[in-house]
Amino acid sequence: MSKNETASLPARALKELMQGDRVYLLLLAVLILIVFPATLSVFRLALVGKYLTYSFVALGLVLCWGYGGILSLGQGVFFGLGGYCMAMFLKLEASDPKSTSIQSTPGIPDFMDWNQLTELPAYWIPFKSLAFTLIAIPLVPGLLALIIGLAMFKRRVGGVYFAIITQAVAAILSILIIGQQGYTGGVNGITDLKTLLGWDIREDSAKLVLYYVNAGLLFGVVLIGRHLLASKLGRLLMAMRDREDRVRFSGYDVAQLKTFVFVAAAMISSIGGAMFTLQVGFMSPSFVGIEPSIEMVIAAAVGGRGSLLGAVYGALIVNFGKTFFSERFPELWLFLIGSLFIAVVMVFPNGLAGLDWAALKRRTLSVVQKLLPKRGHESSASEPAPTPAAPNGGRS
Amino acid sequence: MDSVSDLGAIFVMQGFNGLSNFCVLLLMALGLAIIFGQMGVINMAHGEFLTIGAYTTFLLSELAHSVGASWLIESYFVIAIVIAFFVAAAVGFLVEYLLIRHLYARPLDTLLATWGLSLILQQAFRSTFGAREVSATLPEWLMGSVQPTPTIDIPINGLVVMGLTAVLTSAVFFALLRSRWGVRVRATTQNRVMSSATGINTRRVDRITFSLGCGLAGIAGAAFTTIGSTGPTAGSLYIVDTFLTVVFGGAQSLVGAIASAFSIAQTQATMEFFMSGSTAKVLTLLAVITILMLRPQGLFATRVRG
Repeated sequence: MSKNETASLPARALKELMQGDRVYLLLLAVLILIVFPATLSVFRLALVGKYLTYSFVALGLVLCWGYGGILSLGQGVFFGLGGYCMAMFLKLEASDPKSTSIQSTPGIPDFMDWNQLTELPAYWIPFKSLAFTLIAIPLVPGLLALIIGLAMFKRRVGGVYFAIITQAVAAILSILIIGQQGYTGGVNGITDLKTLLGWDIREDSAKLVLYYVNAGLLFGVVLIGRHLLASKLGRLLMAMRDREDRVRFSGYDVAQLKTFVFVAAAMISSIGGAMFTLQVGFMSPSFVGIEPSIEMVIAAAVGGRGSLLGAVYGALIVNFGKTFFSERFPELWLFLIGSLFIAVVMVFPNGLAGLDWAALKRRTLSVVQKLLPKRGHESSASEPAPTPAAPNGGRS
Repeated sequence: MDSVSDLGAIFVMQGFNGLSNFCVLLLMALGLAIIFGQMGVINMAHGEFLTIGAYTTFLLSELAHSVGASWLIESYFVIAIVIAFFVAAAVGFLVEYLLIRHLYARPLDTLLATWGLSLILQQAFRSTFGAREVSATLPEWLMGSVQPTPTIDIPINGLVVMGLTAVLTSAVFFALLRSRWGVRVRATTQNRVMSSATGINTRRVDRITFSLGCGLAGIAGAAFTTIGSTGPTAGSLYIVDTFLTVVFGGAQSLVGAIASAFSIAQTQATMEFFMSGSTAKVLTLLAVITILMLRPQGLFATRVRG
């Protein structure tokens, strides 16, 4: 197979890298791990970190919507639950009896005191432990997704009906959080989070560390996702998306597959939520309801619903656009995002990932190869080609 | 004895409040039952057609008062209902032509595109009418209330809205189940290719059906002005409820839409009396979802979904 070419070592390494889509992953890693931290102020970097937490949700949507064909309009629920679990732990740490001594009941979160609660509700107590919190972050949303998934998919409810029901779940949770002010912090959410086990998360150095932790987790999820999609399971998911009945007739349990991918998407979203709380320092119902959930769908759609890396770019671009336009032209933002929804559906349903990147890659490859030092034969060996051509046998 | 009759009166009035809400919800659900149930199109911008109807009514009210003729001030509301229907239907026609018709094969994508449309429309309302809520000035004869017993107060506008809803519901039933148009719509729903082969212009059926559904939402908007004030997001507050109503009733069934709009609106109104509005809402939605999980085809399913 591997005939050695006349190209030099860097050229060969380059060719190796250009096989498949590894190069895109590398580019994203360079962008997130090196370019952003090197060029942006800590404030802007924290903003990028915040956008990246949304891309967890978009990644989950690529798995369950792009590959599994299940559109959930309630992913904000899982993002929010993960975020609230983290926020509960941090809030309890910030509400030690000493710093809340002016309250009528010291030692409970301030919003509980304002709402005349005199003791911590029972379900808050386990969140005093970090270990419990870290387990709860993926588990609570995962469990909810499992219940919804089993109830719906076992009865073969899918497509549009599933989307409407998940949307209602998002509405319910956000109304519930806003209504139960004394237990959840209400519409303001859980704010004034200060330290994680005594480590001040508001400092610049902490923000940098959290950014890298977030990026690390994100790449972890991307790699696991790639592995998953490359496996037989990924093929089954796609088959299910395209011809569900045939997969069922082939003897596979479609309901189980769907539930699995929905739960996976929920758990991935919850990681994003927890990292959001840590980086931004609060959690509120405005990240739980219908609107944020649909905004995350559009992020996945802009990036390309069938592309994991696209999801990351999509979340970055949509949320950067949101910040940019709602700061400068608040009137325009809704027009823009609305048109984006329509355009992404009508004009380019595969999003950014649907553009012809392979052609760009080939062209870049040929340019770079011309620049690299060569040895042996003349330049005909470095003819740009997607498959290794290797016309002249090199040595031995 | 007195307190018992007081409690009874409160129940009647609370029940009546629920009825006004039921009427708006039912008008919305009828429109959506036609669009979603018959055509299978997910129109997330359906709430915005209610807003269009409501703003049309508001504009006509302003116009009537600026002209100042007393007969116009007295009767503008009736005219507004008709005009709201046609304005909403015309916008619906345009939306179908520009957007929906390209997406019939991709229901989930329609959902995203119409959500985008609803964002655009909301911002358009905000830019045109401002973010503040406006209300149409109701004519005199709509204001007062009737008192069947000394303790019970029933507002007249509620009665009018109920009458309107009853008339429209019968009209939709008649149109869908008895008219030539209804036959074409139902034929197209059941088998598009076959209908086309028998000479039905299915594209035209789609266009008219969609416009009609939007027009009904426009009338719901006119009715809405009697129970609340209109803001840019007035309609979007109804969208989740409306979709749940249609799904809960059984997407294909008009009787189901009526039954489920009634039960959802009444459950909520009754519970609001005992607990906070948000808890009532949460419990109502939870109940609907739980029932849907147990009976996903809805209350009145006409056929099993595959």
